[in-house]
Amino acid sequence: MISWLSDFFSISCVPAFLIFSASVFAQPIVIGSKKFTESYVIGEIAKHVLKDAGIPAEHRQGMGGTIILWQALRGGQIDAYPEYTGTIAQEILKTDRALSLNEIRDALMKFGVGTTESLGFNNTYALVMRRSEAQQLGLRTIGDLRNHPELRIGLTHEFLDRRDGWQPLRDRYRLPQQNVMGIDHALGYAALANGSIDVKDAYSTDAKIADNDLVVLDDNLKFFPNYDAVVLFRLSVRPDAIAALRRLERTLDEKRMTTLNAEAERTKNYTRAASLYFASDTNSATSVFGESFTHKLSRWTLRHLQLAGASLALAVLIGIPLGIVASRGGPVGHTILGFAGVVQTIPSLALLALLVPVPFFGISVRTAIAALFLYGLLPIVRNTASGLQDIPRSLRESAIALGLSPAARLWQIYLPIASRSILSGIKTSAVISVGTATLAALIGAGGLGEPILSGLNLNDHITILEGAIPAALLALIVQWLFDLLDRVLIPKGLRL
Amino acid sequence: MSALVELVEVSKRYTGAPALHPINLSVAREKTMILIGPSGCGKSTLLRLIIGLVEPDSGTITFNGSQTTPANIDMLRRRIGYVIQEGGLFPHLTARANVLLMAHHLGKSQSEMRTRLTELCELTRFSGTLLERYPLELSGGQRQRVSLMRALMLSPELLLLDEPLGALDPLVRAALQKDLKEIFTRLRQTVLFVTHDLAEAIYFGDEIVLMNEGRIVQHGSIADLREKPASPFVSEFINAQRGLADLRVESGKQETGKETSHPHLETRNPETNI
Ligand SMILES: Nc1ncnc2c1ncn2[C@@H]1O[C@H](COP(=O)(O)OP(=O)(O)O)[C@@H](O)[C@H]1O
Ligand SMILES: [Mg+2]
Repeated sequence: MISWLSDFFSISCVPAFLIFSASVFAQPIVIGSKKFTESYVIGEIAKHVLKDAGIPAEHRQGMGGTIILWQALRGGQIDAYPEYTGTIAQEILKTDRALSLNEIRDALMKFGVGTTESLGFNNTYALVMRRSEAQQLGLRTIGDLRNHPELRIGLTHEFLDRRDGWQPLRDRYRLPQQNVMGIDHALGYAALANGSIDVKDAYSTDAKIADNDLVVLDDNLKFFPNYDAVVLFRLSVRPDAIAALRRLERTLDEKRMTTLNAEAERTKNYTRAASLYFASDTNSATSVFGESFTHKLSRWTLRHLQLAGASLALAVLIGIPLGIVASRGGPVGHTILGFAGVVQTIPSLALLALLVPVPFFGISVRTAIAALFLYGLLPIVRNTASGLQDIPRSLRESAIALGLSPAARLWQIYLPIASRSILSGIKTSAVISVGTATLAALIGAGGLGEPILSGLNLNDHITILEGAIPAALLALIVQWLFDLLDRVLIPKGLRL
Repeated sequence: MSALVELVEVSKRYTGAPALHPINLSVAREKTMILIGPSGCGKSTLLRLIIGLVEPDSGTITFNGSQTTPANIDMLRRRIGYVIQEGGLFPHLTARANVLLMAHHLGKSQSEMRTRLTELCELTRFSGTLLERYPLELSGGQRQRVSLMRALMLSPELLLLDEPLGALDPLVRAALQKDLKEIFTRLRQTVLFVTHDLAEAIYFGDEIVLMNEGRIVQHGSIADLREKPASPFVSEFINAQRGLADLRVESGKQETGKETSHPHLETRNPETNI
């Protein structure tokens, strides 16, 4: 009679938990990257030089902007990420002066962070326009914008906020434009192409500039500092890893980087674009690094199931006992139900964001699982409590009057009678977990959210669907599996 | 021989008016004692006190010479059978599992349980082929027979029956009344039987305890109650019920000469399906 519950644990949750633990306890070098193509590509290249040196490495793609990556590096959630000297000076060291690489290296030392030499190219900020419009209006430099206050400008949120971004640029050039909006980088190119905006910020090695027939406005007042690409790393990582990363120094010029970016945008396959870096001739070695779609899909799906499975297992293991306590009512019971209810009202994105600054969590798989777990808790706690409370008094009293011990009453009588309600709580929780796990990609925890997120970043619908369709299917399958489980786990006498 | 159960100055109130004023009651061995009285007079409360579902506010309850305490109550419960109107069968267990639940819990041997189950089926006239059914697959009368088997499984010294036939239709009820009476006699069972039906009380009872508003109004034989009513309430209660019983008898054109003959059921089958 007790077996219905223990069977359930052993069948559905334990394997997922084990797989998950095994993957967490391996200790690879973790490379992070920012949310744009070039950062993805350099991240992939860095991962491969490490792997070539026999060092296990993984790459968390597109984790966010400068501050998120810098915090993650300092907090140890990642070990290295690609950065630019101008950004380090302005955003991290908060100085308005141009710094030499040696000055930067000294300043970063006190954070326990080191830097490679320049990778070989300067990816400075630039303002870009449609070539046709620029020619029509006779615009060549940023200064020329002063004569056209009617132009609509769309800027990335990071550029709007940066110390070397929009505000000081506008002051320096005394630009009159009022119509300035914040827009995602990839979406901004689409907006530029269809004429919703006229000017946007870009990186000088952006492949989209050539692809979309855009022109770079000349920085005639030399406002933008140098943005030499480097890789930042924690000084505490294994020395052979640092040595491997330093092999990238001075190996990428602007032309080469632009080519790799273009390849990445064209194929949506960063691994493959990165592999071009290693190929001495462009026609060889691409397949060595290229990951097939089925392989990627199974990797995303497996990780997705690990995240959802581990959080569901935790929610079951903790939610049912909490529900049992809550079913007894009183202040403790009300507190438990109240807490679980409040957690549920926090938007899932906000819950992730709230956990990231907590020391133990940060940017990690742990955080994703903790958030999914908290999210899945309420349905289980509430259904366990209400399932138990709904047991008629005559049945409770019969169990007591027989002289059954309290434990036997709970396991043999109360929980089985409440099993339908408990199981439907677990089902709700599982479906929520599978759906919400797509957000885990936001903090680099992987899963089917990964293609959805890169698709959003790149404004690429096919890539979005590569994640969205399997995620939706998975939710349906989970629902269907639980309908089957109902028949196995709910005692026959309750299904009549 | 001393009484099996002894209540001394036992009182109980939930909220509001007392459900039971301090009462004294001895339940004699091997007899059927009837608790009767209007709804809400405290009959169920009295049984629930004995089996420890509620604790008394004052007074002591003694079972077979030992006072019931929270520490020994689970041991005592296993020596008492308890059947309620709703049956109290667990819906997720088959009839067999319901009956054997406590025996399992106490680690009785398979053969012992099998023998006892056969005995009980025969005793309660419950068909063994129905044992694998779930409560929802049984009729109301069959469910009460299973409830009775479960209560009798460990050969309890005391049987507490709280309106066990109250939810059954008249024919089924009559059949069960007959069978119950025979079982009590065969087992020489000590029974405390709650009913609000005077005809049922007269049919079963050696001793009748009439209650009203949390007090015992009169305790004696039916003849005592009829001939020497302790208060106007006693006569009122008996006359009201007698009126009903007479009506029933007339419409059924039955003979009610002997007090112990059954008013509704004269023929019976060796194994019943109700
Ligand atoms: N759990 C309870 N909480 C509050 N009052 C109760 C409870 N159980 C019974 N009572 C009250 O106690 C009185 C006696 O009830 P009960 O013993 O069930 O009467 P009877 O079985 O004779 O109909 C009634 O007034 C009833 O409303
Ligand atoms: Mg009652």
